[in-house]
Amino acid sequence: MPGHDTARDVYRQALPVILISLVAGLFSGTILGSETMRAGISEVPGLLLLLPAFLATRGGVYGSLGARLSTGLHQGLIEPRFRLDRRLRNAILASFINGMTVSVFIAAITYLWLRLFGNEGNLIELVGIMVVAGFLSAVLMISVLIAVIFIGYRRGLDPDNVIGPVVTTLGDVFGIFFLLVGIYVVGAVL
Amino acid sequence: MSSSDSADQRDSDSETAGDSEYVDEWSIRRIVRTMIPLLAALSVLQLVSGTVLETYEETLVANPALLVLVPVQIGTAGNLASITCSRLTTQLYLGTYELSASNPDLRANVGAVFALAGTVFGAVGVAAWGIGAALGGTLGLGRVLLVSLVSGLLLAVLVVVASVAAVEMSYRVGLNPDDTTIPVVTNLCDVAGVLILFAVVSAVV
Repeated sequence: MPGHDTARDVYRQALPVILISLVAGLFSGTILGSETMRAGISEVPGLLLLLPAFLATRGGVYGSLGARLSTGLHQGLIEPRFRLDRRLRNAILASFINGMTVSVFIAAITYLWLRLFGNEGNLIELVGIMVVAGFLSAVLMISVLIAVIFIGYRRGLDPDNVIGPVVTTLGDVFGIFFLLVGIYVVGAVL
Repeated sequence: MSSSDSADQRDSDSETAGDSEYVDEWSIRRIVRTMIPLLAALSVLQLVSGTVLETYEETLVANPALLVLVPVQIGTAGNLASITCSRLTTQLYLGTYELSASNPDLRANVGAVFALAGTVFGAVGVAAWGIGAALGGTLGLGRVLLVSLVSGLLLAVLVVVASVAAVEMSYRVGLNPDDTTIPVVTNLCDVAGVLILFAVVSAVV
């Protein structure tokens, strides 16, 4: 019964997903240390500075979307079907708005932080990278999250135990990857 | 502490589920207005992590194992925090949550977090050592494992304390814990993860 699992139940349900996320984490760690990424870091001032904020907001925005949907399912307020009722649509739109707004905000504060400490920075470049990376993350995260939660719930998995790992795994690996895409796109346009 | 009062309130909250007052919890405006200020504040907080990363850039580049450890350590802390918060919030809505050392649900959550942390951070240490060695690092297995386990278990303590505190506080202030706890706790654990990791690194390496 949801909410009444023993420590062993929680451990057994969470471990496989956490181990998968661990492998993905090692993967994103390796991407981060790759030659291509390091070149990007040295070419774009502020990239290392905004990296933790960018990765973390993926978890905040889409983790809370997941938690909201999970609680809604447990309370019977939403149904695990791919049909846009008002609550589901609102939750999705709100997380998209949150994701994009915060991405632009991060670019702006990173720029301010750089200037504050006397470093060079390009506001348009940072905003452009964050808009591209933020948009691609939003589309991917929302689609995968809803699929995983609904399909998992229908098969008897408590979404509370899987949302976090799914969100942080995808958020980190694709976050770093989409950041690279953003650097590439903005570099091509500017 | 008026724990019976708040348990009654939680019960009546779930009873009114479905009428107009509760539906408001699912309006776009409400979700956005609850989260944007939080996310903005937490992004500023994350700049601290960014600054720490920049400061230790040379150490990281010199020891690839530690570079690999960074995203994994942060990610796992976030995972554990997210599971804990999400479970506590659901238990709060179902009326089974209570801040007490004898509450079986709370004990199950805490036990699972420590068991998961021990398992995962052990595996992380070995994996990071292996990848680091493959990338030409010189740190021994013992040291990498020590860094991973010590910082990982310190993080588990933080995850539990921060999750319980965040759920309690957002409930008392009247914010929906689904919107507030995960951003707050995962961000806190991210920043603390980097700080703890580099504190342990500078003690061990």
